[in-house]
Amino acid sequence: MSEELTVEQVADAMFKMVKDAMGQKKLKPMDLQKAMIEYYGADKCDKKMCKAAIKSLIDSERCVYTYFGGSFIEIPHREGAAND
Amino acid sequence: MADGQTNGKTPKLDKLDKGPWPSFVKEIKRAAEKNPMSKDLLGQLELSYEDKIGHWKHGGIVGVLGYGGGVIGRYSDVPEKFPNVAHFHTIRVNMPAGWFYTSDALRTLCDIWEKHGSGLTNMHGSTGDIVFLGTRTEQLEPIFSELTKEGFDLGGSGSDVRTPSACVGPARCEWACYDTLKLCYDLTMEYQDELHRPAFPYKFKFKCSGCPNDCVASVARSDMSIIGTWKDDIQVDQAAVKEYEDKGLNIQRDVCGNCPSKCMDWDGKTLEIDNRLCVRCMHCINAMPKALRPGKERGACLLLGSKAPIVEGAQLSSVLVPFMKMEPPYQELKDLCEKIWDLWCEEGKARERVGEFIQRVGLGNFLEAIEVEPSPYMIAHPRDNPYIFYEDYFEEGDEEDEDEDGDE
Ligand code: HEM
Ligand code: HEM
Ligand code: SF4
Ligand code: SF4
Repeated sequence: MSEELTVEQVADAMFKMVKDAMGQKKLKPMDLQKAMIEYYGADKCDKKMCKAAIKSLIDSERCVYTYFGGSFIEIPHREGAAND
Repeated sequence: MADGQTNGKTPKLDKLDKGPWPSFVKEIKRAAEKNPMSKDLLGQLELSYEDKIGHWKHGGIVGVLGYGGGVIGRYSDVPEKFPNVAHFHTIRVNMPAGWFYTSDALRTLCDIWEKHGSGLTNMHGSTGDIVFLGTRTEQLEPIFSELTKEGFDLGGSGSDVRTPSACVGPARCEWACYDTLKLCYDLTMEYQDELHRPAFPYKFKFKCSGCPNDCVASVARSDMSIIGTWKDDIQVDQAAVKEYEDKGLNIQRDVCGNCPSKCMDWDGKTLEIDNRLCVRCMHCINAMPKALRPGKERGACLLLGSKAPIVEGAQLSSVLVPFMKMEPPYQELKDLCEKIWDLWCEEGKARERVGEFIQRVGLGNFLEAIEVEPSPYMIAHPRDNPYIFYEDYFEEGDEEDEDEDGDE
């Protein structure tokens, strides 16, 4: 492979993971990071890159942090408890 | 009352409003005169006391843009009865180091909160934060933007670095062995990402105490306790010691007699301290502040691993680094923390505090992974080291003999 891996590519791959897992498993930032490093290889994708990708997901509002006993990353949605 | 609506009457809560001591009911009632949220809060609480059940639900998704911490979601499960507390989210606001405010700053905080929330505060939560109790989801961003405009920020919650806290330290206290305020502020700024963007297995708390009196109770409440201490001898002003005796203090009994190491002696003229045995407990210094003070070679002792879970009870942190200089930019401390985080993030289970992690993997393995040499100073209590095992002292077969002593 010749192309350099970009933060946005990692963010997109993370987003897909979160989306696919939605409703079945809540993912933690560390789950995403481990999966990305395994998928792309440690030489191309490191912790710093994963951190930046998560930042991009959150700041672009594609994902939100949630808290259910621990902190997770999810697609924004209306939660059951909300009294809106 | 069948529907528990209570018609504004709260006979059960009223009982908590009697007597001379402070009462949260009294305070909520005062707030209820101006604020409908506080009024419904009283109603819902009365209903809870009647039904003997809590009427709150957790909200896991509320927050402000970009942050994973600082807002704790709560919803009423009886919003039709108490519409004004249908949402009742808590906001943690990062307090200033050492909790120093101008009255202007306090008014600013209260003004923001009266405008956008219940007006009820908790100054301060056990995290140390300024706690704003009760607001609606759509008020979160306006509150956040007004707070940041005034120079305040949200604190931590969830699986992140929690708002670091510090004792008043050198600002008011002569015993401070390092500048707790400066370190607390430095850690807060250095770890902004870790504070606002939860990425750990669970929470991680820093608490900074200037001396072993540990006024922020860091040994019981923080994953990383940073407690001031000294290496050299306690400074003694013999004339001032004598003065204490002349004013009636029984030095031999009440100072030397209560020294846990029994390393002091008073002959009526000279106070002798065998500093090699002193465990830096602060007792003698607390008893005779004018005569004694910590030594001159000062720094901090780092302890790791405490937590205070409600069900199992507290676990105290134990010594990781017996002495470290605490001067900006605190690189040695930060390097150590980052090594600990790397390991714990990689190997820790969800909701496993670093102290529990160490218990699971064993201190030996933990130390090896963070590249810290094991040392007999890594004690849980003075003179009590649960980890270090002197293999050389035992011959084969000794373990059996030990069992027979009956003390395990
Ligand atoms: C029997 C019921 C409850 C028990 C035993 C309980 C226990 C606790 C304890 C021990 C703490 C830590 C103390 C502190 O940080 O100051 C805490 C914190 C907290 N509780 Fe509860 N709680 C109860 C009900 C509630 C209710 C009804 C609410 C909200 C409507 C609530 C919201 C919170 C919040 C937001 C915090 C964090 C406060 C802070 O940051 O200091 N709790 N709770
Ligand atoms: C009327 C009953 C109670 C009152 C008035 C009360 C009051 C308090 C106060 C004032 C604090 C300190 C909060 C702060 O630092 O901001 C606190 C903390 C705490 N309370 Fe209670 N409490 C009560 C009942 C309980 C019960 C029943 C439990 C457990 C079953 C409990 C567990 C705790 C714990 C674990 C903390 C946190 C300790 C720490 O981390 O410093 N409390 N409580
Ligand atoms: S912990 Fe020590 S230095 Fe800090 S305020 Fe208490 S007595 Fe003073
Ligand atoms: S600090 Fe504590 S252990 Fe040390 S000499 Fe004083 S009383 Fe004894």
